Amino acid sequence: MDCETQKDAELEAPSIIDRYYTRWYRTDLKGQLCEDHCILQHSNRLCVVTLAETHPVLQNGRTIKSIDYQISNGCSRLNNKVSGKSKRGGQFLTDFAPLCRITFIFYCFCNLKAAFSCIRGRLLEVNENILERPNLLLEKPSTEGYIAVILPKFEESKSVTENLLSRKEFEIVVSKRDQPQAS
Amino acid sequence: MRSSGRATAAAQTFVFSQIAETVKAQNYEFDSLVLSISLPAQLCVREHSCWLHVKKEVREKGLALDKDDVIQVKEAFKWIMQSLVAKELGGGVAVVSKSVFTRMAVVKALEKISDDKFLKQYPCPPARPASSCVPQDVQCLHVSVFIAGRYNKFCRSLPQTPWLIDGERRMESSVEELIAAPVLTAFRADGFNFSSSGREDVDVRTLGNGRPFAMELQNPHKSRLSKLQMKELQETINKSSDKIRVRDLQIVTREAMGRMKEGEEEKTKSYTALVWTLKPIQKEDISFIDDIKDLTLDQKTPLRVLHRRALAVRQRVIHTMNARYVDAHHFYLALKTQAGTYIKEFVHGDFGRTKPNLCELLKTDTDILELDVESVDVDWPPAIPE
Repeated sequence: MDCETQKDAELEAPSIIDRYYTRWYRTDLKGQLCEDHCILQHSNRLCVVTLAETHPVLQNGRTIKSIDYQISNGCSRLNNKVSGKSKRGGQFLTDFAPLCRITFIFYCFCNLKAAFSCIRGRLLEVNENILERPNLLLEKPSTEGYIAVILPKFEESKSVTENLLSRKEFEIVVSKRDQPQAS
Repeated sequence: MRSSGRATAAAQTFVFSQIAETVKAQNYEFDSLVLSISLPAQLCVREHSCWLHVKKEVREKGLALDKDDVIQVKEAFKWIMQSLVAKELGGGVAVVSKSVFTRMAVVKALEKISDDKFLKQYPCPPARPASSCVPQDVQCLHVSVFIAGRYNKFCRSLPQTPWLIDGERRMESSVEELIAAPVLTAFRADGFNFSSSGREDVDVRTLGNGRPFAMELQNPHKSRLSKLQMKELQETINKSSDKIRVRDLQIVTREAMGRMKEGEEEKTKSYTALVWTLKPIQKEDISFIDDIKDLTLDQKTPLRVLHRRALAVRQRVIHTMNARYVDAHHFYLALKTQAGTYIKEFVHGDFGRTKPNLCELLKTDTDILELDVESVDVDWPPAIPE
């Protein structure tokens, strides 16, 4: 199959994400340039936390060394247990709650970055598949390489995205970064 | 105690005729009736007073009498009234003692209070009432009738039950409403409870023999339909809409409803899915799918239902599959699976939360464009030949 037809097929490609989820973005987390996250909000109000394509971890030349859900001495996101329909017991997160620590190699240098919640809500699960296969985070950051699933409070389902950027707003922020600074 | 014979007879006739008129006016069809009476709680106090009086008189005559030996007003009333009503309305009589209101507080108080204390508060024997009793209200309720059948759904924009968010309807009509409308009319029922052996999503068709369903019809004014009438009712439903179809429509017992739910957990289902692949494929690339037998999946609760279901991992088996090539990016996948298997999640992987999934098997991103239910393998309700 030639290049043209392949591109057409991809354009026509119905994306599960676009059909059921709305993309929201949080940029420059904790003042760190380009550490952007993408929150996929399902129509049923569940949110999937992922790294945005602009995040330093996902750029060319990186390999993931390890992912650690132990964010402090007393807290591991792996210990999160929810039970029942109302998801009792899940750790309640605020906007800047760390989810995991990502250790990656770039040009022989070891780097550490953290992924954050970005929204308020109850932690339902963290992605254990990326513990076993850390490169999944690089290969499929928007799907199989997701970080966590968070359930916002029912009353806050709409307001939870007020601090986030839409896809269009995100693209504007990104394009401003590429422009040279006026001197 | 003296009584005024004529006044009692007149009161009797008044009460009895009010009951009979109400039942006739509501135009019910029935074989038997049960008369249920609710008397005001104050009557307990009058009865207690009468009983104390009788007890005193009997003791003076040197006899022993127990409270249970005295017939309650309610029972006497029912004996008289029930036979009058049954004779007028032509139904057999089932005598069932049913207490409608909780007068437990009154009864308990009367048990605790000593005879002396009671006599200080209340006249014994009780004062003669100034007027005869009048029925406050006569209500009729027919026992529910149950019907069952199988339904097909040919539309990809029809929910099974009404879809309402914040009281606003999100999608027009529903499978249950389309089936219920003619049925409620035929049985002249007030309401219904619809249940089925599993459910399909709004955008999924139900083909083949259809999915078993049952309905409880509440307060039906007409309760008997012949086999021919049931066939005609089935025809009416089928003519009313091209979005659904009903077959094997029949009257069943309440117990039969349980049989349908057992099918939901235990039996197998067959589906056909239209699959899209990111990577271009050839016929040979998908032929291996036909050889896969009894594939066990670990399915985490799909994200699309996780907001209302508990988070858990469910093991489900896909018994057989068959792939039919369409073009470089599409093929039809037929599956026969254990009940409770999430097909959509098997095809697209649900963020890797269903394993194994079709993306892994084909080593490419896949998505599901269409899904049809081909069969629900439950052999209930019994088939009715056309």
